[in-house]
Formats: sequence, structure tokens, C-alpha cells
Amino acid sequence: MSDHLLIATRKGLFALERKGAGWDSRLIGFEGVAVTNVLRTDGVIYAALKHGHFGAKLHRSDDGGATWRELTAPAFPADAADAPSLFQIWTMETGGRTHPGRLWIGAIPAGLFRSDDRGETWQLVSSLWNVPERKRWFGGGYDAAGIHSISPDPRDEDRVFLAISCGGVWESRDAGDSWSVLGKGLFAPYVPPEQAEDSAIQDPHRVVRCASAPDVMWMQHHAGIYRSADAGAHWTRLSPPTDDFGFAVAAHPRQAQIAWFVPAIKDEIRMPRDGALCVTRTDDGGQSWEIMRHGLPQRDAYDLIYRHGLEVDEAGERLAMGSTTGAVWTSENGGRSWALVNAHLPPIYAVRFV
Amino acid sequence: MAEIHFTSHLRNLVTDGPLSAEGATVGEALTNVLAAQPHVRGYVLDDRGSLRKHVCIFADGERLAHDGALGRRIGADTKIYVMQALSGG
Repeated sequence: MSDHLLIATRKGLFALERKGAGWDSRLIGFEGVAVTNVLRTDGVIYAALKHGHFGAKLHRSDDGGATWRELTAPAFPADAADAPSLFQIWTMETGGRTHPGRLWIGAIPAGLFRSDDRGETWQLVSSLWNVPERKRWFGGGYDAAGIHSISPDPRDEDRVFLAISCGGVWESRDAGDSWSVLGKGLFAPYVPPEQAEDSAIQDPHRVVRCASAPDVMWMQHHAGIYRSADAGAHWTRLSPPTDDFGFAVAAHPRQAQIAWFVPAIKDEIRMPRDGALCVTRTDDGGQSWEIMRHGLPQRDAYDLIYRHGLEVDEAGERLAMGSTTGAVWTSENGGRSWALVNAHLPPIYAVRFV
Repeated sequence: MAEIHFTSHLRNLVTDGPLSAEGATVGEALTNVLAAQPHVRGYVLDDRGSLRKHVCIFADGERLAHDGALGRRIGADTKIYVMQALSGG
């Protein structure tokens, strides 16, 4: 199990370390600055910042957060169609084992950026930016559409899957040179009925895949939760006995039938039902569900878990969850019970085991 | 030459003392001073060279409207302050 967590918050980057039965919290960088996501790979921590006044930035640390160096953040080239300014780095992922220098960034507006030199330089993946469907993308939560989920297939890491709010789910089989929109079976009730099955306007809030069965993917959609068994081509809507609105989802890394979601009252409310926070879990691919509340606040709780706010470790037993009210919980038994780690962090954007 | 002061919020990136730059407009003076401070440029101007939404400019004591700030004509001894807006925090 992983004993270390990085927590990206509205007011800085925190490191949590398992100590005895509890966890120590420590601010390791960017006091007062929004850290929109964080990635650790090969001993390097990458932190994406969003200064309220001075724009989106990217920093790296080679010493566990003791010192930081600013990198040149990705930018839309001036000759890109409709070239916008970078608003936010929303997600960062590695290229995988076969491409140790490669990193991916998903941004708002919905640009995909690729680095092949560990973040020193970045290139807009113009093939995705130029797909004609981009004209139909629109913002979900933010003013502009954004890329929040990027997942290279571990069997072939040039085969890259990503998800856009609101622009559907996409796949490249050639490391980003060309793209196809996927997502048969997704349904969007927030557009006129004749457009509801348009793959390119779907709002997948978050998509994750099973590391050992990469064809299996789980999606928290703006309207419902879904599972795919063919790497995102087709999706089946699942029917948990709870609210099926939310943002976060975690996939068991070894068992393709297990996933976790964090329900909230849909859309115009976005809070736990009855002020009682719960996590749902299925062990059978979405046929049946456990609603898990032990250790989570069951009254007067208004915590929302953002897209990157729920994670499971590589063993599939320890979970961590961070909320909009700055609370962090961990579970040692696959979500069946939870322990509050810190109730007073800034609002949390992302949690990551490292 | 215009005298350019940067907000203390950028103090870890740019000196406290004012910098000097030539230019007939706020935008020209900023372009010139940021050419010598390239690591600061992305904090004041966005990827497109526009003034960041939540950065505000004072010239000769006047808070400039955001949209026209870079085009404002300045004199030889204008004092420019690059400040953090109170919005956007």
C-alpha cells in the first residue's frame, strides 16, 4: 500500500504521510496559490498552478518538494485556429513505461499538450484541436471545454484515450497523430432531444480504466454512470440505488468488476443527499452496489468530491478522498470504513498516491 | 523614459526598484521592459499578448480601463504601476 499522498488544493500543495495509525499533513509548496493538479513520476513532482491574477503555470521538483523550478507552461501557438490563452492545466499524465520522457497535459480550453522531454517543452496536439467536432464542444463547470482524463493503454501506450467536458471521449492509436470520437451509448439530456446521442457533446465528468484489464473503463457522466468493456467504444448505463450524479470515480487496478463512485444530488444542487456523505462500490461490474458510510459525516455535510478527488492505490485496498470543504478521508478496506485525516485543508482539487 | 513599478506580489520575480523603458504607449513600454524580463512576461500578459484579465495598470495616477490600457499614450516621464486587480483572487 502507498503511504504517501499529494493533495492539490485551492491554497497550495500538501504532502500526507502515513505515520502509525494516522497521517501527517505538510504544506510543501505554493502557499496561497491554487494547485490544479499534481503528478509524481520517476522521482519528479510536477505541480500545475493557477494564479488568480497571473495565469496558469507549471513547476517541477526533483527533491520531493523541497525546491521547485518553473517550467515553460504549455501554450496555444499563435497560428492555432481560434488560438486562446491557456486558462488551466486540468490533468497531467505520464506517457507510460515505454515512453519514459513523455508527458501529457489536458487543459482548459480543451487543448492536449505533449512533451517528450519530461516537461521542458510542450507541443499542442493540433490534430485534436483541429477536429471539426470541436466547434460543438462547450464548457462544463468552466467557461470553455476542457480535457480532464487522459489514459494511455498500458498494452500499447501510443493508443491514448481522453475525455472532455463537454466534448465526449476520444481515442488516438498513433500517439496523437489522429483521433476518433468514441462513446456509443452515452446520452445527454441537457441538449435538444435530437442531439442527445451526439458523441461529441457528451459530458464525461471523469473516466478511469482498470490497469490490468485496460478495455474496462468507468465513467461518471453529467447524467449517469457508465461502464465500457471495449476501451470506450460502447457504454452501458448503470443503475445504482443512489444518486447517479457526481464527479469522481476510481477503478480497481486488478479487478475489472470493482469501482467506486461518490454520489451527489444532481446538477443544480451538487451536494450529498440529506447532508450525508457516502461512497458507492460495485464488485460485479455494476449489477449490485454497496453504499458505504462508516466513518463519513452523516449530517450537515456539504462536501463535494471533484473529478480528481478520489483515488485507489495500486493494491486496490487503500482509498483516499478529498473534498471541496477541505476534508481528507482514507480507507484501508476498500471503502467499507473511512477515517478522517484532516478536516481543515483548503478546498481540494486532486489527491494522488505517490 | 517611463518608470515602471511591479506589484509586490511579483517580488520574487522582479526587482522592487522601478524599471525604465521607452515607449509611446503603455503597451510599448511594457513590451520593452518585459523583453528584458522574459520570465515575468507570462505573469502580466497572456499567451496572446493581451493584458491578463486580473492585472490592472495605473498610469500617472489613473487606473486605466482594462480594455484600452495597453494602447494608452504616455509621456516621457510617466509612472506606470502594474498591479494585481482585487478581482480574480
